[in-house]
Amino acid sequence: MADVSLTGLPNRRPFALRYPSVLVFIAALALFTLTVTFLSEAMGNGAVSTSFLKTLGKTLCLCLVAISMDLVWGYCGILSLGHMAFFGLGGYAIGMWLMYARTEIIVTESLANGIIPPTAEEIRDGIGTQIFGVVGSSEFPPIWAFAHSLPLQLLAVVLVPGLIALVFGWLAFRSRVTGVYLSILTQAMTLALSLWLFQNDNGLRGNNGLSGLQNLPGLDTVPQATVSLWFFWASALALALGYLVSAWLVSGKFGSVVRAIRDDEARVRFLGYPVEGFKLFVFTFTAVIAAIAGALYYPQAGIINPAELAPIASIYLAVWVAIGGRGRLYGAVIGAAFVSLVSTYFTGGQAPDLNLGFYTISWVDWWTVLLGLSFVLVTLFAPKGLGGLVDLISERKAPNRRGAPLGPDAGALREEEAET
Amino acid sequence: MSQLLEVSGVSVAFDGFKAINNLSFSIGPTELRAVIGPNGAGKTTFMDIVTGKTRPDEGTVLWGEKSQSLLRMSESKIAQAGVGRKFQKPTVFEDQSVYDNLMMALKKPRNPLSVLRFRPDEQDAKKVEALADEIGLVPQLGRKAGELSHGQKQWLEIGMLLAQEPRLLLVDEPAAGMTPAEREHTTEILVAAAKTRAVVVVEHDMEFVRRLNCKVTVLHEGAVLAEGSIDHVTKNQDVIDVYLGR
Repeated sequence: MADVSLTGLPNRRPFALRYPSVLVFIAALALFTLTVTFLSEAMGNGAVSTSFLKTLGKTLCLCLVAISMDLVWGYCGILSLGHMAFFGLGGYAIGMWLMYARTEIIVTESLANGIIPPTAEEIRDGIGTQIFGVVGSSEFPPIWAFAHSLPLQLLAVVLVPGLIALVFGWLAFRSRVTGVYLSILTQAMTLALSLWLFQNDNGLRGNNGLSGLQNLPGLDTVPQATVSLWFFWASALALALGYLVSAWLVSGKFGSVVRAIRDDEARVRFLGYPVEGFKLFVFTFTAVIAAIAGALYYPQAGIINPAELAPIASIYLAVWVAIGGRGRLYGAVIGAAFVSLVSTYFTGGQAPDLNLGFYTISWVDWWTVLLGLSFVLVTLFAPKGLGGLVDLISERKAPNRRGAPLGPDAGALREEEAET
Repeated sequence: MSQLLEVSGVSVAFDGFKAINNLSFSIGPTELRAVIGPNGAGKTTFMDIVTGKTRPDEGTVLWGEKSQSLLRMSESKIAQAGVGRKFQKPTVFEDQSVYDNLMMALKKPRNPLSVLRFRPDEQDAKKVEALADEIGLVPQLGRKAGELSHGQKQWLEIGMLLAQEPRLLLVDEPAAGMTPAEREHTTEILVAAAKTRAVVVVEHDMEFVRRLNCKVTVLHEGAVLAEGSIDHVTKNQDVIDVYLGR
């Protein structure tokens, strides 16, 4: 990524030309979006069913959260095993509005048939009974105070995970918690959040989670095929923007410092950079990206429950990025798309069972084993991941320096020595 | 003459072992100083204390005209104040180009937001090029630092230090693993740097120290054993006993 000409003067070409992978990615994403759109049911073509369209839309969201994971782990070297918690919180934040607003319409309609018009309080009680009946309550908990307002709840999508990441990161980085200890801490964070969400009296419907999120309030007449297409577009747009912003972030000196922190944190401190500030910035920023991805994912999934924030989810995220190739944004996207789509194929019961004669391998059960095995194999034999395949055709492979001078005439190492 | 750095009465113990024992040391704003001493004399610990990596148990470390204490400051704040450090093992960012390494070290605002907004202009590029010229790495500017030879990495690190424009340079064994010609060049760079700033060189190699032709401080068991010209300290009986005689 040396944006330098031979004389050392900075490269003045436009951003997109300096980083052709960005251009290729955006073009590929646009092509993919257009193709899927034309093949979708909403366009009168049945080649891509609505449920598969939702799967594709969800996959794009997973790609976005994988980019955030790549930024924080692949570029900054913070192996966070808690980013799916931010993803889930984003989903909860948007889910609260979706559920509230839709229930409000239903309750208002049903009460309107009564002899006397309902009071605002009656409507509110009706909504409360509808939403919290499953956990034996009808009171609105304080955290639903803003659920009636879409703008406020959208703000919560960004602010709640952002603030949690900021406080958590500040405490962890300030105490110089690094490496595996930080990973364990982030696992503890996502586990704690998940356990808290499982409780019935926390006001978020306990293990029932939030449901019916696929229905947009007031748009019941619009078929799901169309709604799914809207969300697919929104996911593609978010992924494109997320990719561009991330690519810009890691391109300049900021990216230089962040990668330097990954490689030798102490040295960066002696250069005078406040390492903790940089880490906190990256951690919080990626948490917000993850939350936005989650806010787009769960309306397509239709349901969110506390199991989505389980520690294993964040570990899967790390596996996607590792298989795709960390330290390069398109690697994260390839990894997330590939693994999650293959996972859908295997766990959806579509994959034919493999009969070995003495034992039948049912992929629904054995998929996790296959995934674990491929993770181990990639880590051992292809640390660059699937993205490393790109190196085979691009010039990112190490240059052939044979015969080239190793340095000044009196260089410490001559070629004969260097070869041994 | 007022001093740039004044370390007085500093002690630090690791698990009861006194690495630094009531050490006092001071250096002026434009001075070249060599620090020598046998293994375990506390040379590296001394640097750790000045750069903020290790907190001493007692003593004071005062910096600059305002006699600011360095003991309460973080590593990055101390570096921003003007203390640059070169490690014994060359530590450059191997995954990045020589140009990026130098650009990162260039003296600029260090907080995340200004780094995010930073885009190098013509002048910055010229500065980087001038530095690369000084350390003889112009042809390597676009190469990854990891591809450089050991001696070139040492120079790149010296170049990064100069790019920081520190007022005090702490250099740990700069000549380790260098050829005689490279050593000579390194000597020139250090002597030239000491004309405008303070330079402390920690070195094992007596011949190299002799060539620096400067005041020498001999450390032993965490305290100053002798101080003066190289000829003066090499004639000192204590120094001969603990260090040179071996």
